[in-house]
Parts: sequence; structure tokens; C-alpha cells
Amino acid sequence: MTRRLMEGAEAIARAMVAAGCRFFAGYPMTPFTEVLEHMARLLPEVGGTCMNAESELEAVGMAWGAAATGTRAATGSVGQGLSLMQESLSEICHARLPLVVLNMARGQGDYHQATRGGGHGDYRHVVLAPADVPEAVQLAHRAFWLADVWRNPVLLVGDYYLAHVQEAVDEGVADLPPVPDKPWALDGSTGGSGSARMISPLGLAKRGDPSFVEYGRHLETIGDRLAAMEAGVEPLAESIGTDDAELVVVAYGTPGRYLRYVVEELRGEGLPVGLVRPITLWPFPSAAVAAAAEVARAVAVYELNTGQMHDDVRLAVLGRRPVSFIGGLSFDNSGFGIAPELDVERLSARIRRALDETARTAAPA
Amino acid sequence: MTEVTATGPAQVPEGQAVVEFSPRLLQSPEHELCPGCGHPVAWRVVLEVLEELGLANRSLLICGHGCYTQMMKLSDIDSLQCLHGRAPAVATGVKRMLPDTAVLTLQGDGDMVSEGLHEVLHAGARGERVTALLFNNGVFGDTGGHLTATTVLGQRTKTSLEGRDPATHGHPIDVARLLAQLDGTCYVARGAVNTPGTVARTKRMVRRALELQMEGAGFTFVEVLTMCPTGWFVPTPEGPDYLEETMSATFGLGELKAPGGP
Repeated sequence: MTRRLMEGAEAIARAMVAAGCRFFAGYPMTPFTEVLEHMARLLPEVGGTCMNAESELEAVGMAWGAAATGTRAATGSVGQGLSLMQESLSEICHARLPLVVLNMARGQGDYHQATRGGGHGDYRHVVLAPADVPEAVQLAHRAFWLADVWRNPVLLVGDYYLAHVQEAVDEGVADLPPVPDKPWALDGSTGGSGSARMISPLGLAKRGDPSFVEYGRHLETIGDRLAAMEAGVEPLAESIGTDDAELVVVAYGTPGRYLRYVVEELRGEGLPVGLVRPITLWPFPSAAVAAAAEVARAVAVYELNTGQMHDDVRLAVLGRRPVSFIGGLSFDNSGFGIAPELDVERLSARIRRALDETARTAAPA
Repeated sequence: MTEVTATGPAQVPEGQAVVEFSPRLLQSPEHELCPGCGHPVAWRVVLEVLEELGLANRSLLICGHGCYTQMMKLSDIDSLQCLHGRAPAVATGVKRMLPDTAVLTLQGDGDMVSEGLHEVLHAGARGERVTALLFNNGVFGDTGGHLTATTVLGQRTKTSLEGRDPATHGHPIDVARLLAQLDGTCYVARGAVNTPGTVARTKRMVRRALELQMEGAGFTFVEVLTMCPTGWFVPTPEGPDYLEETMSATFGLGELKAPGGP
């Protein structure tokens, strides 16, 4: 096993190429830019193409076209750029195309965008949220695998911290089952045969094709497929101390990493706290959160926004326990949401306060 | 000469058969476009050229959203439907992955010139080796006849009821002229389908564009002026003349740029 020290942005780019990504398009925007730079260098070396697109609209369009040829393709931006891409991302979901999309976010203000989407119609992305560079590498492989298995975009959510922290990573290819063939991939070869292929968000076949369905029925099949995907994609979460915690903290991504440290420190002092760190944000690991809440007296959500994942935690707990919000916006002069909220002392104080509150208000166990 | 009325198709004189002229790549003639629409004529030309150049089984159509979208579902050509305005970017991803395939984009004037002007200009500047087709009827036909970026001055639409007034609605954009200025484009031409002569000339333009694409010469572009009598508020039989007097007179027909000069 070879381990190399490298920055998150490079590790993610290398993992995508190792996973077979051969087309990447992006519009520069920090901290997504760093991944784009690496892809621009790495892809030509393996015969792939990296496009410095003229806008996020064009970046996602280019990736859409490449994906339709059966190529493993990816694009991305930060939350603001992804806002521009939402129309296309909805349509790509409706057209059943696999695509990997990065959101190298500024803070965690894009949770709703990632898990609900800002586009139109019924659609979902699978959303993966690594907390560190080695996990990001594994999830980059998993993202392409899930995209191909479900023929649906998969969003990989990182941030400035993930892009710039240097860690030792194992670059071995993740051990994932084989993916289905892509008989739907367009290569121009079926024209004139009487059964040319078509990929469309409005329905997936030519009118004369036996599999042609009217638009309304197509939308119903999208609903069926979303239900199957929600049931079929394995929800992932890391849990610490949830078999005896009185207060369970829920946090994802970079804050999840900080909280992992703080919760273990507090447990070392004998405090009954635990952590659930969702790794898939959609499907949300509701069962893991619910199981932890069942044991605990209260749940507290920490995220770097004014309360977004808070909704999903409350949906998972379904009123059985109080769910408080102990996160907040993190603003410093960098604009990238890395301080001051990510401070171990501050996090520790918030958890202690939430634990005191739990002891005061909760019914005796 | 058979008289054409606004209320019904031309009557076939007794004892004569209608000549079958549907291109082989059109799987069904049962489109839902309006009588007098120019799009089916323009699309027939494209299908004929694909067939004649032997490109049917190595071509890929990227289609935007508009009246012409339904032609995609009826044509025996591998097709990818994308969003209004976005076809040149999507075609870029396709062509970069399939460099030996003839890649065509099909957009209307609302799609290409209103919604997606920057996309086609950037694709042209990059010299993407695709053939971009613009079916320009000067209105959003699919929505019922509204002002687009190519509506000519004085033209009545549902959002310029007294006619396009430059003081209020601004001026139309000649996208072919913009594209011809870019170093990445190698062929830029504008045809029409209002007479048999313009149809034949348009077909030669489409053929030349596809030939140049397959030679890897650069970005190729053919605009086709087409009739939309329902969107123009003119009687159907007057559509071809209206096109000639307004659109052709404003934009002009012919090759704007070609290898060795137009």
C-alpha cells in the first residue's frame, strides 16, 4: 500500500482520474479552482479532456454532452456556481445520465441546495460529504460508481479546508462491484438503422421506439426511480459513543471532523456525549440518527450555517427527542468559512452547554 | 399551377399521384407543426444531406427546445435533447469525446440568439468542430409568437403588437455576422426555405458545412430563415413572401465566410 502526502484538491483530482474520469469542465472559482487546475494537468496525460469553460452554464453543458457518450465525466464549482447549474442538473437527472459534480463549498450554506436542489421537477442527487482527504479519495471513487449504477448525478461536497489540508492518502483503487454496461450511450452509430437512440429529459426514446412513453408517464417513472434510489443507495454514517450518549451531536464534513475530536475529548473526561457524522447527505442516514436518538435524551446539530441539516435530523428523530441547533455561520476575512467557528474550545463549550441544558430540561431517564 | 388556399392543403389534380419525397431518415411524417411552417422543409434538407454524405450512422444531433424539437423524435438519427440555449456547450462535450462523429446542433432564434448567445459565440471562438444550425423564424413560435433577438424592425409579435420599435425593443442581432468575425469559425452561411431556389441553395450550404466539419476545418454554421405564419400574424400563403420582404431583406442570404472566401 502506497501512501502519499498530498493536498485535498490534488488528491480528489487524482482519485477522479483513477476512477476513470476522462472529461472535466469547470469555471474557476476558489476553492474549486484548485481541483480544476489539477484536472487540466492530469487529464491530457491519460488522453482525457479538461475544459476551462466560459461559464458554469457551459461547464455543466459540456459535462452533460460528454456523459451522454458514456464517458465518465465530472464538473463542479462552489455553491454560487452550482446555483447557475441547477437547471441543467435537474434535466440531467430527468435524462438519466451519470455525472459527478463537485461542490467545493464556502462553509456549509449549500446543504439545502445539495440535498433538495434548486432546480425544477422531481429529482435528487446522491450527496457524499467526506470529512478528510483519505475519505474524499474513497468517496470520489464511490461517486463515479454510484453515478453509473443509478444513472444519476452524484454530488461530492467538500470545502476550502478539504481542498487545502495535506494528508497522507492511500491511492489504491477502491474495491467496488462492477457497474452495468451502458447500452444507452450515444455514439452516433444507430442512425439510419430504423432504431436510432435518443436521450432526452422529456422521455427517453424516439416516438416509434417500443419503449416510448408520453411525458406524463415519463415523469411518473422518475418518481419510481427516485424511490428505488433512496431505498437502494446505502446510507453511510460514522457513529461515536452512541450506545451510551445522553447528548448526540450531528455534524458532517469538516465540522464533523472537528466534532469527532471534541466528542472524543469530552468522552475522555467522562461526559455522556456522542456523535453521528452523516457521510451520505442524501439518502440521509436517518436510521443511524434515529437509533442514536433513541438511546439519548437530546440531539444537537452542528453545521456552519443557520440551520439546514437541522431539518433532516428533526425528520429522522420525528419528535421523539428535542433537537437543538448549536452551529452557526463562520465568517472571517478569507470568506471561506474556516474560522472562527471551527475552534475546538468553542465547540467544546457549546456541547457542554447543550449537555447542561439536556440535564436540566429532559425527563429523568 | 395549383392554387393554395389558407384553409386547406393543395388539391392534387385527378389522375396525378403525390410524389413521395420524404427523406429516408424521417421515420414518420406526422409532425404537429403548423401548416405553412418552414421548419420541416429546412429539416428535410438536413436529413437529405446526412443521407447523401453517408453520415447517417455516424452523426449525432443535439437539439434545443422549440417547435423543431419534435423533428428529433421523428428522425432516425442518434439524438441528445438538451436545454434551451445550451446546445453548443453540450455539443462541445459530445464532439470532444467523439471526434470522428458528425455533430450537429439544432436551435431556433429564441434558443440560440436570445437565451444562448454566449454559448454559440464561445463555441465558435473555440473552433469546435461541430455544425450549428439556426432555424430563424424571428419569433418564439412554440410559445405563440413572441419577440426574439432576431425579430426584424417593424415586425408584429404578441410582445411587440405595434411592430418592433428600436426605441422600445432594440435592434435585431445578426448572429451570422458576429460568428463570421471569429477566428475559430470556418464556414458561416445564411439560407432560407421560402422558394424552391432558396431551399436548393440552403441544401448546398448544409452540405458544405458538414463536409468541412468532417475535414476538421473548424466551427461551421448555417442559418436558415423559415416561415412562421401563425407567429407572424400573416395569412399562411403569404408567409414565403413576407419572409423575403422582411427577414431576407434585413439579413441577406448567402455565404458570409467560407474557406477561400465566400
